[in-house]
Amino acid sequence: MKFIYQMWWKVLAVALVLSTFITGLLLRVPRLPIIHETIRNLYFHVPMWMGMLTVFVVSVYYSVRYLNTGKEEHDLAAVECVNTGLIFYSLGLLTGMLWAKYAWGEYWSGDPKQNSAAIAFLLYCAYLVLRNSIDEEQKRAKISAIYNIFAFPIMVVLIFVLPRLTDSLHPGSGGNPAFGRYDLDNGMKLSFYPAMLGWSFIALWIATVRYRIRLIENKKNAIN
Amino acid sequence: MKLAGQTIELLKKEIILEWRSKYAFNGLLLYIVSTVFVCYISFNLNPGFKQTPGYPIVWNILFWIIMLFASVNAIAKSFLQESKARLLYYYTIAHPQAIILSKTIYNTLLMSLLSVLALVVYRLFFPNKVDDMLYYFITVLLGSMSFSTVFTMISAIASKAGNNGTLMAILSFPVVIPVILLLVKVSKAAMDGIDRSLSLNNIGVLLAINVIVIASSLILFPFLWRD
Repeated sequence: MKFIYQMWWKVLAVALVLSTFITGLLLRVPRLPIIHETIRNLYFHVPMWMGMLTVFVVSVYYSVRYLNTGKEEHDLAAVECVNTGLIFYSLGLLTGMLWAKYAWGEYWSGDPKQNSAAIAFLLYCAYLVLRNSIDEEQKRAKISAIYNIFAFPIMVVLIFVLPRLTDSLHPGSGGNPAFGRYDLDNGMKLSFYPAMLGWSFIALWIATVRYRIRLIENKKNAIN
Repeated sequence: MKLAGQTIELLKKEIILEWRSKYAFNGLLLYIVSTVFVCYISFNLNPGFKQTPGYPIVWNILFWIIMLFASVNAIAKSFLQESKARLLYYYTIAHPQAIILSKTIYNTLLMSLLSVLALVVYRLFFPNKVDDMLYYFITVLLGSMSFSTVFTMISAIASKAGNNGTLMAILSFPVVIPVILLLVKVSKAAMDGIDRSLSLNNIGVLLAINVIVIASSLILFPFLWRD
């Protein structure tokens, strides 16, 4: 847990994300039909999902830890990771919709990728509703940890597996090449990888700040 | 081997209990028949609908929606009907994995039987041409198995969280939507008599979802039952 109080990775995250604002908007990108300049959304849309995935994985890790140890902090870490993940989830959906407006013509065109992302969003909203429905803290922590572990593989299937099998228009799905296929000119890598790493760290940072606020609140409300 | 023995014993117990009262089975059969009948009457208000080109699509989707709600109702009861004291007794004599496994298998058997009967009743009221009946039949069995595995685990979670119907629906529908999408796709292909090998991909995903759900319920249930 010492990691969350350290400084270096937060500085690194800010530096990386700021660098992608410059390199991502200024560097040359390959000219492709239909997509044109919207290919730059790769630096801002995909990292949101990476950030979401990072905090969701951490959340599952803490749910497992909670079931093994029964420490309340682990439950708080898990729920704050899910909260942060949902923010990134919404940002991922929004940046995707913005891109879809220019590439596909409509904000929401019922593409399988969009639909299954919406369903998986419900899955995590259900997690928050489940938490609210139980009053007793330990029971709430245990049951929501179980549901969180149960929901994670289904979210992965929904977002990353199912759209690949259907006729989705989303790059990387339904037989469409992912951007990895044609962005292999090193210019794009220079912005893409720092963005992925930077936004993951930012997501973690937000989650740790929220977690620390929760810890303080918890301490204040405790009865000694 | 002990786990298998316990599972079989618990499964026998479930079946005997059901055989004596026949409550769940008869209740659900009535539920399905009356839902089908309501649909039949409502659709008959629009004469000529059966000849429209949209009819086969509606036929397929309506069947799955009826099955979805029937199975939510059937399986939500699987942990509710047990009293707290009786559950405690099971946990002292059997492994928790044997309990969830026996419930899942029992629900699968019950739902398979019910969905076959439902299909017969449904076809009686809504005649429709199904080109590949055997394949449609297999899809229906696969569907009842998938519903059972998902809803059994969710009903175990919901029963711990105050056992209200809303929670059961909220928790299970996001999980079951991909399942029902795949089922509608596969069964529509069977209805149109499309070559079987083209659906194998979807069936593979369906089975994979089942494996994930069963594996995670086996891992997670031992943590869930303790209060």
